[in-house]
Formats: sequence, C-alpha cells, structure tokens
Amino acid sequence: MAVATLALFGFLLAMYLWLWKIGLLGGIACGTGSCEAVQFSEHAVMFGVPVAFFGVVGYLGLLVVSLVGLQPAWIDRREPAILLAAISGVGVTFSAYLTYLEAVVIEAWCRWCLVSAAIIGVIFLVALAELWTRARTEAPFTDASV
Amino acid sequence: MAQSVNLKPFYIALGVVAVAGGAWIMSAAGGKTVTIPEMATGSAFPGYTLGSDSAKVEIIEYADFQCPACAMFTILTSPDVKSRLVNTGRVRWTFRDFPLPIHPKAPVAHLAAACAGDQGQFWAMHDQLFYNQGAWVNGRTRKLVDGYAQAVGLEMSEFKQCMSDQRHVDRIAATRNAGQQLGVSSTPSFIIGDQLVSGSIPIDQFIQLVERAERAAEQQ
Repeated sequence: MAVATLALFGFLLAMYLWLWKIGLLGGIACGTGSCEAVQFSEHAVMFGVPVAFFGVVGYLGLLVVSLVGLQPAWIDRREPAILLAAISGVGVTFSAYLTYLEAVVIEAWCRWCLVSAAIIGVIFLVALAELWTRARTEAPFTDASV
Repeated sequence: MAQSVNLKPFYIALGVVAVAGGAWIMSAAGGKTVTIPEMATGSAFPGYTLGSDSAKVEIIEYADFQCPACAMFTILTSPDVKSRLVNTGRVRWTFRDFPLPIHPKAPVAHLAAACAGDQGQFWAMHDQLFYNQGAWVNGRTRKLVDGYAQAVGLEMSEFKQCMSDQRHVDRIAATRNAGQQLGVSSTPSFIIGDQLVSGSIPIDQFIQLVERAERAAEQQ
C-alpha cells in the first residue's frame, strides 16, 4: 500500500512536469528553485522524449504492479515485489544520474525533481524491505526440528 | 498465507488523492481568468501588432522571451490562434514586453526584438528568439542573438548600435510596469476583452473568450 500511494504521488508529480514541458501548463510553481532552468536545459529531453515522461510511465508501472500485488491471487507471490524492486531500482539509478546533472552540469535545482528522486528512493527501499521479509519468511527450515 | 485485509478504505483514499491531484493539474492547465474591474489596456507604447485594425477583439499578450511557457505557447498554440482568429480578421494580436526579474537573459532578448522592430522585423526576431530559446538561454547569448539578427536580414551596424545604446530599455521597463498596473504578474498573460488570463490556455479557450468579447463588443 505504501508503494502504491507513493507511486500515485510520483505519477501526479511527473505528469505535472511533463504537461508543463509540452506547454499545456501556463507556469510552473517552483518556489525558490530553478525548475525552469532545469526543465529547459538540453538534459530535460532524452531520445527526443521529455525526461518527465519517463517518470510518468515508470510511476504508472509501479502503481499498477503494486495494486496487482495487493490482489488475493497475487498477495502471496514474489513476482510483484521483484518487479517493484527492479523498476524502482532503474528509477533510482536514473534519478541519481539526473540529480548529478542538476548539481554538476546544469548547476540548478528543480525542487520537484528532488521530490521525485526522494519518492523513488523510498519506493526502492520499501520494495527491498518487502523482498527481504519474504525471503526470510519463505526460507526453508535448516535445523533438524522434530 | 498472508492475512486478508479490507482494502476498500485504501482504494477510496487513493481515489481521493488521484482526483485531488488531477484537479490540481487541470487547474494549472486551464490558466486563471480574472475580470479586470475597469478595462484599461492603455500603455504609452501600444505594442507590436498583427492582424486587422478593424478586428472587434484585441488580444494583448504579455510575454517574456526567456519564459519557457511563452516559448511553448508560441510554438504550439500561437500558429492555431493566428490561422483561426488573427488571419480571419476576428482578432488583432498585440505583443507587449514583460521581462521577468528571475530571467537574467530576458533583457537582452527584449532589447534585440525592439531593435529588430526599428527595422520592421520585430515578429521575425520574436520567432527566432522563441524557437531558439534553449540555445541563447544556455549558450553565448549576444553572439547567437546577433546571428538571429543577421538571419532575419537586419542591417547589422544599425542593429548593433541600437543594442549598445540600449535604446529601448526604458520603454521596455515602462511597458512592463504598465502591465503590472493591469494586474499582470506572470507570463504568458493575455488580456482578451475585459478578461485577464494568466497562463497558457488551449485554442478552444481562446475561441470561447474571443466569442464572449465579440458579444460584449456588439452590445456596446
């Protein structure tokens, strides 16, 4: 449930940044940050696609997988947890790269991008914790109990 | 076997968050429309205009050349507005400078557009600046702007003289101040009839506001 909630917040955030990037929002509420500088840098687009759109797709994927994992038919299976850890692992790596670009190359900070990085980081930790818990509970007994 | 949990409250909470978030995004997308108490579009400098003088409705755009949303509006929405409203004689379009203090390179761009305007090439320079915004904002601004001036066919010695004299700086500041007095605080902003619209809006909303302004003009 925590992953689904966080993924929904991340999805809304990424959608906001993507819609702004493609010109459908008038302004970007960034407070004291430099969202415009970051969003308008050459690094805000990869392979011709706005970076925020990768976030939209990634968070939507996490949301769907986490909701599927809550269903009775899937709740005892490991696959959703593995998939969540895999997707969020890619997301964390990508976010780390984007944060590096903000710090070193663009030299400006987009606070929404940092919030997104924090969200994906927490999702990754929660997914890892879930995998670890499952591994412990599903491990076969090794002692010779009678 | 995992313990069975009633997920209904969770789904409801998730739905509430989704609806609230969607509403927040939609409100940002639609821009904000406020009614100007008393129509006062006057300005010492009327702005750069496109379209027929006999058009019933005037749309005044306040924009900043370094504002990404303004560039997106120019690239994505403005062609539709021109073809459906300006070129059909329904609307006269006016551009007014509104360089924001948070954009350090905007003053150079606004000055360059004004200097191009002296040679009758404001709109050509306007398009160069918005379509190439990423380049001059992140690159060597002055050199790139000179290149745009050359590309639109300006007489370069006159253009450079205008730039070094900072000939239009005071006028640009005055236009911005006049906009602020009308209630403009962000870019792009549009005055359509007696409405001040903050933020980029889709073509359908432009058409609705123009129709309303046309009806108001007919009743007068």
